[in-house]
Amino acid sequence: MNSDRAITRGSNAVGVPPVGAPSADVVAAIRGVSKVYSLGGHQVKALDNVSIDFRQGDFVAIMGSSGSGKSTLLNVLGCLDRPTAGQYYLAGQDVAVMDDETLSRVRGRYLGFIFQSYNLIQQLSVVENIEVPLSYQRPPMPGGRERCLKLAELVGLSGRLGHRPTELSGGQQQRVAIARALVNNPHVILADEPTGNLDTATSHDIMNLLDALNQAGRTIVMVTHENDIAERARRIVRLRDGRIESVADVRPALLSTR
Amino acid sequence: MNLFQQLRLGFRSLLLHKLRSALAVLGILIGVTAVIWLVAMGEGVSYQAQQQIKDLGATSIIVRSIKPAEESSRDSGARMGISYGLLREDFERIITNVPTISRAVPMREISREVRHREHFVDGQVIACTPDYFGMTRLRIARGRALSEVDIQTYANVVVLAHEAAMKLFPIEDPLGRAVQIGQEFYVIVGIAVQRSAAAAIGGSLDARQYDRDVYIPLSTFRSRIGDRVATIRAGAFQLETVELTQITAVVDDMKEVDATADIIRSLLQRYHKVVDYAVVVPKELLEQAETMRAMFNVLLLLIAGISLLVGGIGIMNIMLATVTERTREIGIRRALGATKGEIVQQFLWETVVLSGTGGLLGVIFGFLCGPTVNGVRRAVGLFLPEVWAALPPNIRNLEPRLAPWSIVAAFGISVGVGIVFGIYPARRAANMDPIEALRHE
Repeated sequence: MNSDRAITRGSNAVGVPPVGAPSADVVAAIRGVSKVYSLGGHQVKALDNVSIDFRQGDFVAIMGSSGSGKSTLLNVLGCLDRPTAGQYYLAGQDVAVMDDETLSRVRGRYLGFIFQSYNLIQQLSVVENIEVPLSYQRPPMPGGRERCLKLAELVGLSGRLGHRPTELSGGQQQRVAIARALVNNPHVILADEPTGNLDTATSHDIMNLLDALNQAGRTIVMVTHENDIAERARRIVRLRDGRIESVADVRPALLSTR
Repeated sequence: MNLFQQLRLGFRSLLLHKLRSALAVLGILIGVTAVIWLVAMGEGVSYQAQQQIKDLGATSIIVRSIKPAEESSRDSGARMGISYGLLREDFERIITNVPTISRAVPMREISREVRHREHFVDGQVIACTPDYFGMTRLRIARGRALSEVDIQTYANVVVLAHEAAMKLFPIEDPLGRAVQIGQEFYVIVGIAVQRSAAAAIGGSLDARQYDRDVYIPLSTFRSRIGDRVATIRAGAFQLETVELTQITAVVDDMKEVDATADIIRSLLQRYHKVVDYAVVVPKELLEQAETMRAMFNVLLLLIAGISLLVGGIGIMNIMLATVTERTREIGIRRALGATKGEIVQQFLWETVVLSGTGGLLGVIFGFLCGPTVNGVRRAVGLFLPEVWAALPPNIRNLEPRLAPWSIVAAFGISVGVGIVFGIYPARRAANMDPIEALRHE
């Protein structure tokens, strides 16, 4: 599989960043995004003129050593952080210029989050945790509870709807988190080291689940530092010092296979 | 999220730390209960005072004899005893010279033992005119009240108060029989209805037992007992000459009360070298009582405010701890689409649930005020009878009166305190950086 991988280097990976809004099948795109932190008078460039397009049905693994900017990139993609420069188009809108409240709404409407440490709310049951993003939809999404039950079934937790997160194993908690990330029918699912806290077998299960979701047409962006996990994606983006080092196609994109 | 869901979520989040939440609720509960109880007690006391004053009559003016200091009395010949107080002339002067007075009742009052065979009562002998019964709203249960004829004929007749009659005649019908007061016998012509112990009947402001009084005609008192009365006080034998104990004057219109009282004052001043009398105007007392009540309520609200402030600080303390502890949750919710406003709302609802629960429980405990006071009263009466007997009647008879406004106010303020003291922690929660919050351990 590795031998099939087409590797392109540096800025060639993205080519010349197109100006203006991306085309219709691009669900998310960052254009020339930089993020500069000032630490004790020093300017630290966490991201340096990064541009990537994410098409519908894409499954991208972002890799890189610590300090390479992959967390910053994910935060920008997750609308948790605003870039210092550049544009970020999500669902056709430039979110880089939005205020805090609009960003919250954008997160709730277009994005799904999966975290390394699951990040379930302890006092809520499984089904209630899945429901959390729905309570922040404006206008409210119809058929919320049924959707949650369906998703719980999809991730194989129909029998544990009333359980608290502490009563579940790590793999089960991550399944709840995945169901939660799907409940708002997001444009992009952002996964931050989704298997980082799990053993190999469970990691495998979770990756199968993500894979199945991707097969069903979900766009997934995943940060990982494990090669075998990254291999499960369609593309691998490697970052170094805030720049894209390489973009490798692992498998053909979903649309071209059909 | 709708209101119910918000409240439910708040409640469940608070259940994460049951003891801590319970203590915060307790702080508010005590504050609210204290407000309701204190106001109820205050209302009870002031109601009692107002009733007493109203019983005196808002249109009446009461002039009472007061024993002056020994050396200044009118003729302090030790042999003759002392002589002081209102005179029959004063009464005549008042009714002839003050045109606004519609009715006036003179009265003489002494303590005497009243006997019938082996039964006796230590009661007050009230010598009065027939008007006294109307003025003090003393109703006759059986027989008749004193009449003008009794006054004119110096009749040896008596009307007994309820308990006096019961004690002197446990079995027989007292009507038509005779009781002995001093050396004289008096025929019983009527029995008054029962009255509870209260102040102000007959014009005194001291609450006392009025159910052992006996009423005789004023003229009879003068001829049979006389003005000069021997008393034994502190082991010393003393003679006192008093013509009238009290004059009660009534005007038609409440507006005339103050002016009439002034006329009476100046009239008495002219004929009395020493001030051996006091003019009591119930209307003024009523106004004073109203002012006192208002001041009392302000004071109570101040205390209430302080206790609820303390409760509020307790809530803020707990919410700050909660916010710090749930930083991760805040980060998760922010990532999943919650705006700052929604985070503020969530934590505000939590404080409102906390303080509202305290307020609600406080109101429930507030309603227990009456039963509790009764219970304490019964317990003291049962186990500490001497203490009970030593308590002033005002306290023994105190009935707390729940003031509806205090319940509404206490609950409202407690919820308000929750909101005010919840805003800062809630804002702190909302203003966290979601990235930092998600990283929080």
